[in-house]
Amino acid sequence: MREMTKIVKTTANILFPFSMIFGLYIIAHGHLTPGGGFQGGAIVVSGCALLLVAYGSSWVFDRIKDKRLVTFESLGAIGFITVAFLGLVFSTAFFGNFLAGSGSLFGTTPATGSTLADFNTGGVLPLMNFAVGMKVIAGLFVIVLIMAYASSRKEWN
Amino acid sequence: MEKRMIVGAVVLAIVAVFFLFSIFLLHPVGEPEQVQMDDYIITHTQNETGTNNGVTSVVFDYRGFDTLGEATILFSAVTGVLLIFRRVKQ
Repeated sequence: MREMTKIVKTTANILFPFSMIFGLYIIAHGHLTPGGGFQGGAIVVSGCALLLVAYGSSWVFDRIKDKRLVTFESLGAIGFITVAFLGLVFSTAFFGNFLAGSGSLFGTTPATGSTLADFNTGGVLPLMNFAVGMKVIAGLFVIVLIMAYASSRKEWN
Repeated sequence: MEKRMIVGAVVLAIVAVFFLFSIFLLHPVGEPEQVQMDDYIITHTQNETGTNNGVTSVVFDYRGFDTLGEATILFSAVTGVLLIFRRVKQ
C-alpha cells in the first residue's frame, strides 16, 4: 500500500490514539464489561490497520519489525499456557482459577447479585485477558502487516 | 436458459422449505429445555470465579480449553502467513 493524502493522514492521527485507548480499555476491563482479549485486540489492530492504510506499509514496516511482533505473540501464548498450568499446580485442574477468592491479586470476591464493578476481582481472568490481548494484537497485526507489505513489494517472493 | 431457471426455482423452493421447516422447529426464545448448566453458572459464577461478568468467566474459566483452541488457531494462522510470505534469498 502506498501512503495517502494529508487529509487521510490527519484523520488517522486523530483517530489512532482513541482506538488504542478504547481497545486497551476493553482488554483491561474484560472481566467487568462486555468484551475481552479477543475483541479489544481486534479494536487495537483496526487502529493499526488505519495507520497502515494512511501511511503506507513500508513506512510502518520500517518502524515495526515483524520478528518482534512474532516474539510478542509467542510471549502472549506462553503467558496464557503458563497461567493455565499454574491452575493445575495451585488449584485442582487445568485452567483452575487459583486466584479467585484468595484475597491477593485480583482476589476479591464480589457480593452475590448485581453489584458495582470492582477491578480487583476475577482471579486469573484478567491475566488471561492480558495474555490473549497481547496474542491477538501481535498476531493479527503481523498478518495484516506482512500481507500489505508483501503485496506492495516485488522482491518479497 | 428456461431449463436453468426451472432448476434454479426448484432448488430455491427446496431450500426455502427447509428453512421454513427449521424455523417452525425452533424453540421459543427464552425457554430452553435443558437449563441445569445455565442455572449452575448463573448462580455460582460470582462465588467460584469472583467476577461479575458471566460470559468472561465461561470463556476463560469454565470453558478455558476452547479458548486455548482459539489461541492455537490464531497461532497457526500467523505461522501459515509467515511461511507463505517468507523472504527468500535470490
